[in-house]
Amino acid sequence: MRWLRRNLITIIGILVLIYLFIPIAVVTALSFNKPAGKFNLSWNELSFNAWTNLCGVPGVCSSFVTSLEIGLVSTLSATLLGTMIAFALVRYRFRGRSTTNLIIFLPMATPEVVMGSSLLALFLNLRFPLGSVTVAIAHIMFIISFVVVTVKARLQGLDPRLEEAARDLYASPRATFRYVTFPLVLPGIIGAALLGFSLSFDDFIISFFNAGTLVTFPIYIWGAAQRGIPPQVNALATLVFVIALLIVLTSQFVQYRRRKALSAL
Amino acid sequence: MAPVLPSAALAPPSTAAQRKSRTGYLLLFPGMTWLAVFFAIPFVTLFVTSLQSPIPGKTGRYQLGLEFGNYATALSEYWPAFVRSFAYAGIATLLALIIGYPLAYFIAFRSGRWRGLMLVLVIAPSFASFLLRTYAWKTILADESPVTSFFNALHLLPDGRILNTSIAVVAGLTYNFLPFMVLPLYAALERIDPRLIEAANDLYASPATAFRKITWPLSMPGVVAGTLLTFIPASGDYINAELLGSTKDRMVGNAIQTNFIEFRDYPTASALSFALMAAILVLVFTYIRRAGTEDLV
Repeated sequence: MRWLRRNLITIIGILVLIYLFIPIAVVTALSFNKPAGKFNLSWNELSFNAWTNLCGVPGVCSSFVTSLEIGLVSTLSATLLGTMIAFALVRYRFRGRSTTNLIIFLPMATPEVVMGSSLLALFLNLRFPLGSVTVAIAHIMFIISFVVVTVKARLQGLDPRLEEAARDLYASPRATFRYVTFPLVLPGIIGAALLGFSLSFDDFIISFFNAGTLVTFPIYIWGAAQRGIPPQVNALATLVFVIALLIVLTSQFVQYRRRKALSAL
Repeated sequence: MAPVLPSAALAPPSTAAQRKSRTGYLLLFPGMTWLAVFFAIPFVTLFVTSLQSPIPGKTGRYQLGLEFGNYATALSEYWPAFVRSFAYAGIATLLALIIGYPLAYFIAFRSGRWRGLMLVLVIAPSFASFLLRTYAWKTILADESPVTSFFNALHLLPDGRILNTSIAVVAGLTYNFLPFMVLPLYAALERIDPRLIEAANDLYASPATAFRKITWPLSMPGVVAGTLLTFIPASGDYINAELLGSTKDRMVGNAIQTNFIEFRDYPTASALSFALMAAILVLVFTYIRRAGTEDLV
């Protein structure tokens, strides 16, 4: 009883973590299901068809590739633009700093439906054709803020003595940036890019407003929800989840090892 | 803020400082222009569109106008959806706080060297599709499911079911936005010096008193940030209402989407969207003022 009281918080915490993963267990389990009717909602029969035949349903894989392409283009652009802003914010003095910070904060605090619909209002009034270009424009817009916040945190956490040491050893400003600053900030930039990609790849609301007839992976799922989601979609989503988890866990492990190695010095 | 670089102090002051600031503006320009054109200006076009009037004889085409009546018609038709949005989002935020606080507390104070892994586990569910995770709740909360049977055995469900009721919508919102609650809570709790809590214990405060007088007040910035980051996206969400609720549970987001994309009634949709943003801003500012924290932004 005393043990229970002392560990109550730990038990609740772990239960909440398990709760977070219940839907993912359902998604994964149903990828091995042979649906009884149109809808893949309850367990019927074990089948590996979805996994051996990933692109077996028309539209699934093409929408998946569309999402990959848009995710790649918007992540690269937003990471470049956002990293530049982060450097300006941490390393340079300029007027309008608080306004800049506010404009970067606002997209993260605006409901997606408002951002999506206001951007659509802009494109409609400009008679700009909807499609992959408008979706990429939208994604870059909402990813930038997340990149700025992530890279800025990394830059602020840098030990200034490392750059001072480089300068003391007569490194030019360019060499200091190339050999000291940039490699140190790079993990932050990569982290920001991964976050940006996952946001872009999974975005439904903003994309749906600005997609026109373009079908991204989430838009495919939305349409399929009305007529039954094929198990292939579950299989692909499980695959994405496992790959993303492996990337993050590996980077955590590498950081852990490096910290241990550093503390051993 | 910006660390003053020793080399800059040694260099001839005027030119170096000027070049520095020019580089700063050059670095800011592309990204900030993007945000100005595709985030800030669209709010203006949204407002302009919300005041447009239909061109007679041409469906789906609108002309510039000052039809403030659009707001009255939109709100008189959709005010129940507005009420539902804020009610569902409010309840979901409260539930997320109740569920999320113990988790954040556990990660901040009890997870030891597993802390990094635990934080990964909090964000990991977001790697699986938002839509599919929401859809999975259809299976979990189905009429014959163990969850529904359990609550029915306790006679807790007014309709005898969860799926296609507002309970399912609130449950979905709570689940989906829980990480947005946990992360800021964790960030605030992690900053608390554990010696403060130890001191309270040494002075014979009960664990409950120590929590009420020390931990909770010090975690307030996290509570404010977490509740906002949960409430704002939840009130604009319509995926949970569409997939888990019935037609009686539709939220403002559903109305905005249907009017924009299906009915092509752009003025009504824009008016709803603009009103939603305005309502959220008013709520947020009142809340921040009452909570007394202004160092959020």
